[in-house]
Amino acid sequence: MAHTLVQKVLQKHTDQQITEAGQIVQCNVSLALANDITAPLAIKSFRAMGATKVFDKDRVALVMDHFTPQKDIESAIQVKGVREFAAEQDITHYYEGGDCGVEHALLPELGLVGPGDIVVGADSHTCTYGGLGAFATGLGSTDVAGAMALGSTWFKVPPTIKVVYNGTLPAYVGAKDLILKLIGEIGVAGALYKALEFAGPVVDALDVEGRMCIANMAIEAGGKCGLFPVDAKTIAYTAERGRKDELMVADEGAVYERVVTFDVSGMSPQIACPHLPENVKPVEDVRNVRVNQVVVGSCTNGRISDLREAAAILKGRKVAKHVRAIVLPATPGIWKQALKEGLIETFMDAGCIVGPATCGPCLGGHMGILADGEVAIATTNRNFRGRMGSLESEVYLSSPCVAAASAIAGEIADPRAL
Amino acid sequence: MSYQGTAHKVGDHIDTDAIIPARFLVTTDTKELGANCMEGLEAGWVKRVKEGDIMVGGENFGCGSSREHAPISILGAGIPVVVAHSFARIFYRNSFNMGLLLIEIGDDIAKISDRDEISIDVEKGVITNKTTGTEITYPPLPTFMREFLDKGGLIPYVREKLNA
Ligand code: SF4
Repeated sequence: MAHTLVQKVLQKHTDQQITEAGQIVQCNVSLALANDITAPLAIKSFRAMGATKVFDKDRVALVMDHFTPQKDIESAIQVKGVREFAAEQDITHYYEGGDCGVEHALLPELGLVGPGDIVVGADSHTCTYGGLGAFATGLGSTDVAGAMALGSTWFKVPPTIKVVYNGTLPAYVGAKDLILKLIGEIGVAGALYKALEFAGPVVDALDVEGRMCIANMAIEAGGKCGLFPVDAKTIAYTAERGRKDELMVADEGAVYERVVTFDVSGMSPQIACPHLPENVKPVEDVRNVRVNQVVVGSCTNGRISDLREAAAILKGRKVAKHVRAIVLPATPGIWKQALKEGLIETFMDAGCIVGPATCGPCLGGHMGILADGEVAIATTNRNFRGRMGSLESEVYLSSPCVAAASAIAGEIADPRAL
Repeated sequence: MSYQGTAHKVGDHIDTDAIIPARFLVTTDTKELGANCMEGLEAGWVKRVKEGDIMVGGENFGCGSSREHAPISILGAGIPVVVAHSFARIFYRNSFNMGLLLIEIGDDIAKISDRDEISIDVEKGVITNKTTGTEITYPPLPTFMREFLDKGGLIPYVREKLNA
């Protein structure tokens, strides 16, 4: 049978023959992941299972990223428990403190995930690694505990929606705009239970970081995963991180449930308005929205290419008086690179706050929380009511260059007009 | 494996907050969660259920949060199986993991009405509506999934595998 990308990856990890969507297969997993919020629960289930050893101490990742550096007593207690478990199990990939970054930026950077892998994470944005051609998906804590114990789990083979981007991207329009456009089109349940597979000349031209940004938000369309073909760029990216991977494309004649096609030539930067990622409008239709906070960071847009994009706009300009502009490089590695390139200085000269590698405000955790009536524009992935603080606050989602332009203007702004 | 009981039909897009509202999440006790099952849909809903009855849902049953408390509360109410048009993804996994059987039958769901007496032959993949005399077939679960449910879900399943 001709396989879509997700079916190809699943087939590599099971003895069963994959013949159709809906089939249930048992697969071995390449890596099981949990964070400072979900690992404590997973550890509890792991113990209830009577498990004493993780299946492979090199293939479990525990990343204490959400509230790092620990913001209060409760979050410190959570991390303390996970740290003790990691020590007991001799887990190789345990990260906290100065080693720690936002999990979905950190694991690809360390070469822990890559093409053809199956990654299960007790975090919904685990789907990010689809940008590298991995089948990666979020699960409940008990599911991840089972995978940590057995090194395997079960999946229902998903049907695939193919998304084709044709044309050429205009200036100031990029990966984030492509995924927002799709979510606006198909809605937050448009890919429920399904895999997304991205294709077309625009996808071929995107760099690996842009592909991860798109895959990251597959879940915002309800998707189980979002996969990109593995090409020479992917191979070069993972080779730099010590991996040896192979090219992978979908089979000729693979069956897709639906094909969604966009021509992106002439497309505007896209904004997701409160309170759902599907409320997407072109930037020119979002007028007179004053902002109190701007956030550049997260597992969606906290990578070096995102920081370069924001810095290019902020260079030689000033953040508006009433705005707190927060830049959070997603990992320590990205932080150092940004320092080397002079981006940190650019941000500080413009009047931004540059913070540590943490999820922080993305989930309303810490380091930039909104008051009643406050409005933020952020490069993050969710704008649910109250996501960044007060239930009476509002979050708009955008690309880094739109966020940077908005920081300068003090209201949501079009970078093309600067 | 077979089941028999009265069908309790609910609508489309029943979310996890309808199944077990957040205010009841202060416990993980099965019976306590069961006593408040579907409390977010209708106060006292659970009173209609006898041990062994069957929940019948519409489209996208179980959408919303990833809380494992939702399938636990259905089990706690004495309902061992949910038949629906379709299920939300994380709920689907969590249910099997917690030992709750889910059966997806698409548009055939229209053949079951509230309070119908139904029986389910899990091995064969047949639902018999005794009230109307109709039969609905569906692709039977793979052996491994049945084995999984027999053991009572993921925690006992993994425990047994580890001891083998
Ligand atoms: S950056 Fe935001 S979306 Fe990403 S893992 Fe952290 S909290 Fe979740």
